Amino acid sequence: MPPAPPAVPLTAYLIVSAILFSLGAIGFVIRKNVITMFMCIELMLNAINLSFVAFSYKHGTVDGHLFTFFVMVVAAAEAAVGLAIILTVYKNRNTLMADDIDSLKL
Amino acid sequence: MQQLWLIPLFPLIGFLINGLFGRKLPKSAISLVAVGTVVASFLWVLKTLSAIMPLETPHIETYATWIQSGFVNIPFEFAVDRLTAVMLLVVTGIGSLIHVYATGYMAEEDGYYRFFAYLNLFMFFMLTLVLGNNYLLLFVGWEGVGLCSYLLIGFYYLKNSASTAGNKAFIVNRVGDFGFSLAMFLIVIQFKTLTFQDVMKQAAQVPVEHAVGMMTVICLLLLVGAAGKSAQVPLHVWLPDAMEGPTPVSALIHAATMVTAGVYMTCRSATIFLKAPIAMEAVAIVGLITAVLAATIGMTQWDIKKVFAYSTISQLGYMFLAAGVGAFGPAMWHVVTHAFFKALLFLGAGAVIYSMHHEQDMRHMGGLRKYIPITFGTLACAWIAIAGVPLTSGWFSKEAILGAVYHHSPIMYWIAVLTAMVTAFYVSRSMFLTFFGEFRGAAVPAAGHHGHGDEDDHGHDDHGHAVEKHDDRAHAVAHNAAHDTEPHEAPFVMWGPLAVLAALSIVGGFFDLPHFLEPALPPAEHVAHEAWLEIVGSAAGILGIVIAHIMYVAKPEMPDALTAKLGGLYRLVYDKYRVDEAYDLTIVDPLIGGSRSFLWKGLDAGLIDGMVNGAGSTARLVGGFARWIQTGNMRTYGAWVLVGAVAVLAYLGIGGGVR
Repeated sequence: MPPAPPAVPLTAYLIVSAILFSLGAIGFVIRKNVITMFMCIELMLNAINLSFVAFSYKHGTVDGHLFTFFVMVVAAAEAAVGLAIILTVYKNRNTLMADDIDSLKL
Repeated sequence: MQQLWLIPLFPLIGFLINGLFGRKLPKSAISLVAVGTVVASFLWVLKTLSAIMPLETPHIETYATWIQSGFVNIPFEFAVDRLTAVMLLVVTGIGSLIHVYATGYMAEEDGYYRFFAYLNLFMFFMLTLVLGNNYLLLFVGWEGVGLCSYLLIGFYYLKNSASTAGNKAFIVNRVGDFGFSLAMFLIVIQFKTLTFQDVMKQAAQVPVEHAVGMMTVICLLLLVGAAGKSAQVPLHVWLPDAMEGPTPVSALIHAATMVTAGVYMTCRSATIFLKAPIAMEAVAIVGLITAVLAATIGMTQWDIKKVFAYSTISQLGYMFLAAGVGAFGPAMWHVVTHAFFKALLFLGAGAVIYSMHHEQDMRHMGGLRKYIPITFGTLACAWIAIAGVPLTSGWFSKEAILGAVYHHSPIMYWIAVLTAMVTAFYVSRSMFLTFFGEFRGAAVPAAGHHGHGDEDDHGHDDHGHAVEKHDDRAHAVAHNAAHDTEPHEAPFVMWGPLAVLAALSIVGGFFDLPHFLEPALPPAEHVAHEAWLEIVGSAAGILGIVIAHIMYVAKPEMPDALTAKLGGLYRLVYDKYRVDEAYDLTIVDPLIGGSRSFLWKGLDAGLIDGMVNGAGSTARLVGGFARWIQTGNMRTYGAWVLVGAVAVLAYLGIGGGVR
C-alpha cells in the first residue's frame, strides 16, 4: 500500500461535483443549441462520476468505480446515438435550435 | 317400457334434418322427412297404445332426475293415461294429415324447409306437453309450442303485419304464462311436488274450499295460464291476428292442437279445480263470455279465416264452460271433435284461398260450389258438424256440454244455446257466401291482392307484400291459363286430408269419449238424460242454418238492411268490441309512451348516456389543462425535471435527509 497522499477532504470533491452538475443542468435549460445541450448532459454525467469516485475512495470499496465505468460506457453509446440523431435532425429541419424542434407538442 | 320418448323424438329428428340441412335439400326430400317423421310418430303412438291398453291406470316411464333441490324432486318422466292417449292420437293424427296437406299448400312458397322445420318442432313440443308427467315438463312443451306459434305466425317475416301478429301472440301469452308459473310455485309450496299423480292424490284429500283459499288461488292462476294459451277473454286478442300465418298453421296450431292445451291442462288439474268451486265458476263464466263475444264477432267478419278464428275462440269458450261446470269429459270430447271439424274448416278455407289465388275476402267469392266440388263437399261435413246437425260429431259433444251446463245453471244453458244458434248462423253465412250464389271474383281484376275492402287494414292475405311479386310470377307460370278468372280445385295431397277429416267430422262423435276418459278424470256426478235438452240444442243449430239461408241465399239484400238498422251496435261488433283499441289505450300506449319518454329519453339517453359521456368530457377537461405542460420543447421538459429534482431534494432536506 503506497503512502497516503495529502488528504483532500471529501467535501471538496463533492463541492466540485455539485458545481459541475449545476453548470450542466443550468446549461441544459438555458442553452438553445442542441449540441451544447448534449455537452451539458455529458457534463452532468461526469459530475456524477466524480462524486462516485470520491465516495469510492472515501469508503475504500470498488462499487463507485464500477458505476463510473458503467456510466462511461452508457455515455459513449449515448454520444454515438445522440450525435447521429442530431445529424439527422439537422438534415431534415436544417436547424439545431431546440425551440424550433417542438413537433411533439399536442 | 314402451319407449314413449320415441314419440316426440321423431319430429325432433325431422326438425333437425330440415332445419340444419333443409336449405340444400330438394323439396321432395324435405316433404318426405317432415311428413315421414310425423307419420312415424303417429304409428308409434298406435303401437304403444295397442300395447298398453286398456290403461285403467297411467303408464309411467321415468328417464332421469331433472331437478333435485331440497324437498322438490322433478324427474324427466313421460306418462300416458287415457287423457294423454286421446291427445296423442289427435295431435299426431291430425298433425300427420295437416303435414300432408301443407306439402301441397306450401308447394310454391319460399322458405319451404323453414316452414316444415318449424312445424316438426311444434309437433315435438306439443307431444312433450301432452306426455310430460309433471307441470314443469308440461310447461316446457307449453312454452315450446308458444315459440313455434310465434315463429309460424311470423313466417312471412318480411310482411310487417305478420311479424307484429307474431309478437302480439308471444307477448299476450307471456301474461298467461306468468299466471301459470305462479300457479306452479304455489303447487310446489302446497304439495311439495309437481308430478300429476302425487298432486292429484293429495288434492283429493283437501276439503272443498267455499271461501277463497290456496286451492282457489292456484286454480285462478291456472285459469290465467289456460286463458292465455287458449285465447279466452280477456287474453283472446292474439288469436285472430295469428291468422297471418300460413293456413296449415292456423289449422294445426291455432285450431286443433296448441290452443286446446289450456283445456287439456284444466282437465289434467280437474281434481284441484273440483276443490275450488269459486274458481270453477270463474272458468265457466270466462268460457261463456268468450263463447258469446267471439261468436257474435264471427257473424260480422268478411275474411274467411277471421270468421273461423273467432269461431275457434268461441268453441274454446264452450270447452271452458264445460270444464267450469265440472263436465271435464265433454270438454275433452269437444276438444277432439272440434279438432276434427275446425282443422277441416281451416284446411278447407285454405283450399278455397288456394283456388282463389290467395283471396280471403268472402265478398269476392260466391258460387264456388261449381268450381271446387270436392272442397265444398268436405267443407259441408265440417259445416254441419260445427252447426250441430244431429248425429254429426259436433252435435254429440255439444249436446253433452249443453246438458251438463243445464244442470249447473239454466241461465247459462240458454245463453249457450243462443250461442250455438249464432255459431250455426255464422258458419252457414260463410258457407253461403263462399259456395252459393254467383261467383263475384270475376268482377275483381286479376283476382288476388288488389281488390280487398279498404276498411280492413289488417293483412288478410297469406302473402307478404314483399313476396308478392315473386308470388304473382310463380302463379303466372304455374296456372297461366286459369289465373285470371276461374277458381281451380286443389291437388290430391290437399283434398285427401280433407276427405279423411270430413269422415271423422261426421262419424267421430259415435265414440263415447267421456265414458272412455272416466278412469283418467275425477268421478263426475251422472245427471239424468233429458230428451228435450237435445231437441232444443239441435233445433238451435238448424234454426241458425235456416236464418243464414234466408239472409244470404233467399233474400241477399236483407243483411245490408239489417246492418244499416243496427248501425252503431253492428259497428261495435264488427270492430271486435274494440278490445284491441282498449288495450292500446290503457296498456300499450302508456307502456310505449312511458318507455319512450322516461326509460329511453330520460333513463337511457339522459342518465346512462349522461354518465358515460360525462366521464369522457371530464377526462377531456382535465387533459385540456394538462396539455399546457406538453410543449414539445426539450428545454422545458429539462426544466421540469430540474424543478422536480430540486423539490424532492428540498423535501428530503426539510425532512432531515436520508439517514
